[in-house]
Amino acid sequence: MPILHALQETFGHVPQDAIPLLAEALNLSRADVHGIVSFYHDFKEAPGGRHVVKLCRAEACQSMGGHALAEGLLHRLGLDWGGTTGDGQVTIEPVYCLGLCACAPAALIDGRPLGRLNRERLDAAVNEARNDWSTP
Amino acid sequence: MVDAMSTRIFIPRDVAALAVGADQVARAVEAQAAALGVAVTIVRTGSRGLFWLEPMVEVETPLGRIAYGPVQAGDVAALFAAGWLTGATHPLRVGRPEDHPFLARQTRLTFARCGIVDPLSVEDYKAAGGYRGLAKAIEAGGAATVEAVTKSGLRGRGGAGFPTGIKWKTVRDAVADQKYIVCNADEGDSGTFADRMILEGDPFCLIEGMTIAGLAVGATRGYIYSRSEYPHANATMRAALDIARAAGLLGRDILGSGLEFHLELRVGAGAYVCGEETALLESLEGKRGVVRAKPPLPALKGLFGRPTVVNNLLSLATIPVIMDLGAQYYADFGMGRSRGTMPIQLAGNVLHGGLFETAFGLTLGEIVMEVGGGTASRRPVRAVQAGGPLGAYLPPSQFDTPYDYEAFAARDALIGHGGLVVFDDTVDMAHMARFAMEFCAEESCGKCTPCRIGSTRGAEVVDRILAGRDVAANIALLEDLCNTMKFGSLCALGGFTPYPVLSAIRHFPEDFHTRNSPGRPLPAAAE
Ligand SMILES: Cc1cc2nc3c(=O)[nH]c(=O)nc-3n(C[C@H](O)[C@H](O)[C@H](O)COP(=O)(O)O)c2cc1C
Ligand code: SF4
Ligand code: FES
Ligand code: FES
Repeated sequence: MPILHALQETFGHVPQDAIPLLAEALNLSRADVHGIVSFYHDFKEAPGGRHVVKLCRAEACQSMGGHALAEGLLHRLGLDWGGTTGDGQVTIEPVYCLGLCACAPAALIDGRPLGRLNRERLDAAVNEARNDWSTP
Repeated sequence: MVDAMSTRIFIPRDVAALAVGADQVARAVEAQAAALGVAVTIVRTGSRGLFWLEPMVEVETPLGRIAYGPVQAGDVAALFAAGWLTGATHPLRVGRPEDHPFLARQTRLTFARCGIVDPLSVEDYKAAGGYRGLAKAIEAGGAATVEAVTKSGLRGRGGAGFPTGIKWKTVRDAVADQKYIVCNADEGDSGTFADRMILEGDPFCLIEGMTIAGLAVGATRGYIYSRSEYPHANATMRAALDIARAAGLLGRDILGSGLEFHLELRVGAGAYVCGEETALLESLEGKRGVVRAKPPLPALKGLFGRPTVVNNLLSLATIPVIMDLGAQYYADFGMGRSRGTMPIQLAGNVLHGGLFETAFGLTLGEIVMEVGGGTASRRPVRAVQAGGPLGAYLPPSQFDTPYDYEAFAARDALIGHGGLVVFDDTVDMAHMARFAMEFCAEESCGKCTPCRIGSTRGAEVVDRILAGRDVAANIALLEDLCNTMKFGSLCALGGFTPYPVLSAIRHFPEDFHTRNSPGRPLPAAAE
């Protein structure tokens, strides 16, 4: 797992070519390694966008309007969950609880936590991320 | 940096405080102090758990620590101008945190230090009572330590409420070349953040608790299994582990006592089911997180087939205070068979969301309405989901239920990991029932058909109800499906998903039965 996390972090996905190498190094079959990669939501088999927006879909965030907030952002970007904008900039991923449930709705954008989100704050943060956080 | 004339200012680094601007506040404080030429020392702490006041900044004054919150970077200049360095009044002044009703009403045992100390200072930790518990455990020996934990009445805080001392005794009595302590910090329940707060705010408390567990059962190795959704917590915990190793608080000869305990952090990869203890062990072994059949119990055949204590983080972080202040001291709090205190987490649509540690026994209504202050939206409370995504939805008519394992169980409800998620009257309970099924389908480990297929079918059936098609027949079908899942699932993911679903149908039938036209009319006052 630590190796897969490292690959995911470095490449934004677990490259297909890495699977046979891992299998050999860990003395597992390719199918085993593939099974592990596909079991865990974090490990992607294809690269995502440059910026990853993880929006919480779990109950506490829903109780504060998280559902409408998420649907709104997806709609404005023309995406489904897991989708990436045409310019390859932004991927929207679902996440089930960030432990920010008393500051809901919450998100993690490129590892930055955001709470008490509303449409304006979320859009602003997504735009900042697109601009590589040049205006923090 | 630290000199006598410098005022200490405490600013949380808890991720929930960061999510609402704590880093920006810290930068503003530093800049403003420099501009004014006053000496301040910024100490980054965990959170006190009054999240609606975050970022809550505390200033060390002759009157004690005085809190201000919620502070935004733009408020900082005015706070300096008002004289906050001497605790002066200001609209954001909260006063002494201990005097705030939300804290004054609590009994903080597990969370005694969180939000107060610098989480990465061993000196702070020891000055605030840290490592007294381990010293007493070393003196008492393993058998007496297990006995003390049993006598304290501590029950597992991860979900099932199993007596911790009994689990430890099983592992202690097992004979093996190697035993393990595993901390379950895979806090996946929506509405919970207590594990995270300890990881970020008092990590040495967990390290001490796990070391005591190792001593008690004869385990020399431990793992903390945390989640990838908690990058900040994991960074703090990793730093704390390095500090503990360097300070001789982990390793071969802890505190010069000859005690050996090695501890590592491992991080999951976004699979809720890995919080289930046997799936967690599979994941720790580097495999898919598929649930194992029990028996054998992990206590006898756990990690790598060896006897293993798997405990929730809160269970383990409560051990030091039990050993320090005594089993009886802890057991004197609580009611019935629920002894001690529970770190309750108030979340969702609640005015005063945060961490509320209290002896068992308050009623649900007292917690939600008095402590929590009702909804954040200021609309009526309609439902409270207790115990995470596998816990029932309770209506206000059940607010008389005492917060106690048995009283909750009698109402088909769950204490679980202590989460309470509040919803106002705009919630659509049929939608929440669908979400429960969808979540189960998404997170199922795939081993049992009722869980894997039943939940997908369940979501489809709710869709038909939502569309107003054959409502009565589909509700009956949904109830049947729930029963199949309850009795045909190996673990509580499939086995307990029916509780939120059935409780939604039972307590909020109007959200299901009146679906004759698409789009249920929302409560009259809804915008
Ligand atoms: C689907 C599922 C998820 C669970 N998630 C967690 C969790 O995140 N944290 C936890 O401590 N226990 C969780 N549990 C309960 C564990 O299986 C186990 O009971 C617990 O770690 C034992 O520790 P305790 O006795 O200290 O509570 C979960 C159980 C199930 C079925
Ligand atoms: S109930 Fe679901 S999650 Fe649990 S073992 Fe069965 S398939 Fe896996
Ligand atoms: S439910 Fe969204 S952060 Fe916990
Ligand atoms: S959040 Fe799952 S259907 Fe709306």
